[in-house]
Amino acid sequence: MGVSVQREDFDPGREIEAAVAGRTDAGAVCCFVGLVRDVVPGAGASALTLEHYPGMTERQLEAIEAEARDRWPLLATRIVHRYGRLEPGDRIVLVVTASAHRQAAFESCEFLMDWLKTKAPFWKLEETPEGEHWVEARDTDEAAASRWQSSGQSSVPREIKS
Amino acid sequence: MKLLYFAWLRSKTGIGQETVDPPEEVRTVADLLAWLPTRGPGFAAALANPAVVRVAVNQEYARPDHPLRRGDEVALFPPVTGG
Repeated sequence: MGVSVQREDFDPGREIEAAVAGRTDAGAVCCFVGLVRDVVPGAGASALTLEHYPGMTERQLEAIEAEARDRWPLLATRIVHRYGRLEPGDRIVLVVTASAHRQAAFESCEFLMDWLKTKAPFWKLEETPEGEHWVEARDTDEAAASRWQSSGQSSVPREIKS
Repeated sequence: MKLLYFAWLRSKTGIGQETVDPPEEVRTVADLLAWLPTRGPGFAAALANPAVVRVAVNQEYARPDHPLRRGDEVALFPPVTGG
């Protein structure tokens, strides 16, 4: 349970085990792991550096986690997000959700990722053969997050659209 | 007032964080976004398109009409790209 923002790698198997350790009421655990994708396949390593806003990142992730627990009957949740320099194939993010039945675990896991991608203050600086550039936010991520808006009142402040 | 800049807002302003004493007419987030570009070419470049600048006041997302106080921590950054 809880949120970690860290430079170090994590072990998804251990995180899943820890999330449901000592319980017998969880019938379903979902785990999502995000990996660094090679943006220019075949062109060699294209690493990225994740920058974040210490303090606000943790607050936002905790708010997102609390929102998921309000919306679904969850027995356990866990979010780990890394920062610093990462190479293709490295793990970036982990979300674990546990519930009595699979539907709540599946849905809340997807919800957490969708909201995290549009609300948690992280930025990716990509290294390509042409040099470094900041990754731009994608409209598809906004659309993925906004589909959860209709299903309930949000207690997480939305980003400003000035 | 403490200002923090992240990602390309930091690269363009050349500043990660600073303490500023804005003029009295800067009362809201929108006022601040209008005042900052007057401080130099780096700030003008960083804030050329305010629509792509997100603002957090005391670590919570804030809208343009959000009021500002002297002791606030105000962060400016582009749309987030984590996950």
